[in-house]
Amino acid sequence: MSFPILSTMILLPVLAAFLTIFLSANAARWAALATTLALFVLGIVLWQAYDIGGPQWQFVEQAPIFGQRFSWALGIDGIALMLIVLSVFLMPICILASWESIQKRVPEYMAAFLMMEAFMIGVFAAQDMFLFYIFFEAGLIPMYLIIGIWGGADRIKASYKFFLYTLIGSLVMLVAMLWMAREAGTSDIPTLLQYNFPVEAQTWLWFAFFASFAVKMPMWPVHTWLPDAHVQAPTAGSVILAGVLLKMGGYGFIRFSLPMFPEASAALVWVVFGMSMVAVVYTSLVALVQSDMKKLIAYSSVAHMAFVTIGLFAFNRQGIEGALIVMLAHGLVSGALFLCVGVIYDRLHTREIARYGGLANNMPYYALFFLFFTMASVGLPGLANFVGEFLALVGAYEANSWVAAVATLGIILGAAYMLWLYRRVAFGAAAGEDTASMKDITAREWLTLAPIAAATLWMGVYPESFMAPMRNDVTAILARIEPVAPHGDANLKMGDPKKLAKAHEAAHGEAH
Amino acid sequence: MSIAASLLLTLPEIILSVSAIALMLVAAFAGDGATRFVNGAAVAALFAAFLSLGGEGVAFDGLYSADAFSDFVKPLIYLAAGVSILLSTRFFAAEDKLRAEYSVLILLATVGMGMMVSATNLLTLYVGLELQSLAAYVLASFMRKDQRSAEAGLKYFVLGALASGILLYGISLLYGFSGTTDYHGVATALADGVGMGELFGIVFVLAGLSFKIAAVPFHMWTPDVYEGAPTPVTTYFGSAPKVAAVALLVRVSIEAMGSAVTSWQQILIFTSLASIILGAVGAIGQTNIKRLLAYSSINNVGFVLVGLAAGTEAGVSATMTYMVIYVLMTLGSFACVLQMRAADGSHVEDIASLAGLSRRQPALAAAIAIFMFSLAGIPPLLGFWAKFVVFDAAVAAGLMPLAVIGIAASTIGAFYYLKIVKIMYFDEPAEAYHPVGSYVESGVIALTALAVSPLGYLAIPMLSAASAVAAKALF
Repeated sequence: MSFPILSTMILLPVLAAFLTIFLSANAARWAALATTLALFVLGIVLWQAYDIGGPQWQFVEQAPIFGQRFSWALGIDGIALMLIVLSVFLMPICILASWESIQKRVPEYMAAFLMMEAFMIGVFAAQDMFLFYIFFEAGLIPMYLIIGIWGGADRIKASYKFFLYTLIGSLVMLVAMLWMAREAGTSDIPTLLQYNFPVEAQTWLWFAFFASFAVKMPMWPVHTWLPDAHVQAPTAGSVILAGVLLKMGGYGFIRFSLPMFPEASAALVWVVFGMSMVAVVYTSLVALVQSDMKKLIAYSSVAHMAFVTIGLFAFNRQGIEGALIVMLAHGLVSGALFLCVGVIYDRLHTREIARYGGLANNMPYYALFFLFFTMASVGLPGLANFVGEFLALVGAYEANSWVAAVATLGIILGAAYMLWLYRRVAFGAAAGEDTASMKDITAREWLTLAPIAAATLWMGVYPESFMAPMRNDVTAILARIEPVAPHGDANLKMGDPKKLAKAHEAAHGEAH
Repeated sequence: MSIAASLLLTLPEIILSVSAIALMLVAAFAGDGATRFVNGAAVAALFAAFLSLGGEGVAFDGLYSADAFSDFVKPLIYLAAGVSILLSTRFFAAEDKLRAEYSVLILLATVGMGMMVSATNLLTLYVGLELQSLAAYVLASFMRKDQRSAEAGLKYFVLGALASGILLYGISLLYGFSGTTDYHGVATALADGVGMGELFGIVFVLAGLSFKIAAVPFHMWTPDVYEGAPTPVTTYFGSAPKVAAVALLVRVSIEAMGSAVTSWQQILIFTSLASIILGAVGAIGQTNIKRLLAYSSINNVGFVLVGLAAGTEAGVSATMTYMVIYVLMTLGSFACVLQMRAADGSHVEDIASLAGLSRRQPALAAAIAIFMFSLAGIPPLLGFWAKFVVFDAAVAAGLMPLAVIGIAASTIGAFYYLKIVKIMYFDEPAEAYHPVGSYVESGVIALTALAVSPLGYLAIPMLSAASAVAAKALF
């Protein structure tokens, strides 16, 4: 058996978390940074070693140490790989971002983050349904503590809301999982992916999973925990929340809902489309009127996640690939935006947009980075979000032109609130003496923002690096769902290129 | 079967009875000064009883059965009783004074519990139950000068006597309509249709037993008794008698009424859901940690009954797994409660006094947090596994509505467990606790916390196998 790299990636941070608790504040910071960097290296190794075009599940590990009901089964496909890489990429940045802003109870903070990382990797690597559930739920505990201990003024309410909201959704999913394991006789995900559940049961199962993933995603109208959690969480907590935790919902849809219940997904596509359409427009409008920067970005996350759901349920390759890229791109960009907010919050200790202004004068580098990520979020071609959103819209148009039209409206609104936010923060006159005297970003903050900017640019210019590992997995999912794909209203017909060329030639000839 | 063979099968109970009587004499003659010795001897007796387990067979012409089921449950009872004795010494030394009768009473109750678990006849059941209950009434009012303790004992006694009456009435009905008190005889009689009289018998028996396991709607005594009784006694109430009563209920339901599952399934589904919901809602407003844990125990009994309501072998196995994990969580959390002491050394039970505990005593706070998250059933703690197996059994038995409502209601429960964590971790520190180093308490806390931590998952194969064997013995 080869080296169990996935188990190492899960157990290493757990072990480090236990050691970190006993360290001093500074030692804990370095220990956490070292651990997360080591995991990042392991993640890169994983990416390098991943055989594109090879077997669907790679790095498979199987250890039946929990009796018969479930086992320690790990393994990843390209989708999981990319999400794991995203997690381990953001983690060291989170630790760096908390270097100075977290001053109380540092060892516990670092331990909570390391536990969080272990659970996130576990979610994406789990190949057993119940193991997935355990990791999925376990992540609530460290996040609850992160929001509750190190959060803002109204942190208690936010932490409860976050915990209970996600918990109730997941518990319903657990009952569905129990039923599925009984019906199929296994909890092994690759096997379940090929199992055909009875069509009449699929609707129930689909809704049970939907309850969990829609909350996690979050989709309108169960998104209300997100703005609270984001606003109250410390900066690094927001980054992880937006960067990785929200992706678990999308991952759940693509791993469970679509391939396991294809008929139900096709029949209930209107639920997803309806909720997503409302989300795109409504949350964008809500974002427009926010006076709190973090809240604004939080609402924009809900709108972006709606693109993911629209893309996933478009039932075609462009839609699904677009949704996956949006997930990755949003993980980078919204994480970076939260970091940008964190940078100025650390200096002025307020998130009120009105308290800023004119930052382009005294913080030019900061303004540059902020502009870069604002543009990425708006969907500027050449940056990460554009690729995903464009593909998702292409896919959506094929499925339903109305959905595509409304979603496009969301992009326009997105540009409106992001650019307006940027104008109010970076341009104009400073709101006060203190705002005008803020220092530009430090070397540490450079280290947090620059890597994300580089990755965003890379994904925007050459998305193939990220899409290549996922392509075969999308094919596998399409094989499951395409036979039942709902009929789209676009009625796209492939033109005949030869005929067109001839006509063109003829027209050309006549002119001469 | 010869009388000698029967006696050999009941060896654990005989060892405990003889030790109890002998230690009572020691207590009478040597006085309270011998308490520490008596406690030690009682724990040794429990260990000896544990070693003497393992006989298989039916004793005294079908009054008593030693089988895999009793071999599974009894060690758990002995463990809980032993821990309750060990935890008592320091508590009583500080609060009241050491009294040698304490462990004698626990031993007597343990004999009763052994009989409850092994009873295969409605009368053995009743005698065992009464032996346990009478000892428990005395234990509840053990701190004679304490008003709350006396109140707890009185309440427990009055309501307990009422419940015993109801149970006995149910037994008499079952006996009257089936002509026998033997479990298998009753099962045979019920197999050819359940008449009105038999149905009443079943309902009354279940009502009486619901009182003993503190299931809604017969739970009213629990918060008062848990609060009033001295904490080591509450630890004991929350663990050993609960296990015994659940085991008894399981055996009666399966062995005596197993042929009429449909008659009692609905009753159990109702009590189960009512317990889960009331236990969860009732706990929210509590300010006393012992009352909160009392509601938590009501809530947990609801989940236990989910497994039993399935009425299948997997359900019984799940119920027993749940009880093991529940006992570990209970012992651990009450040992933590024992550590809550004001600056003058007296015990405090106010939840508010936990504020900011994570900064004053991080290890203790972490342990309580582990128990709370585990009781709430949040993975990766072992409490999740307990809920997992019972709901798995319910789903397998086709009880979908029960599973969905029960599991959704556990979110309500999660709220108040989270509240404790919130108070310990998010709030500003309150006055510091009196630091007391007690190896026994710390040891119990550390061991149970370790057991319900994710490491406990490694014990699952063993636990599932053992509980499956235990369940098989009943079918």
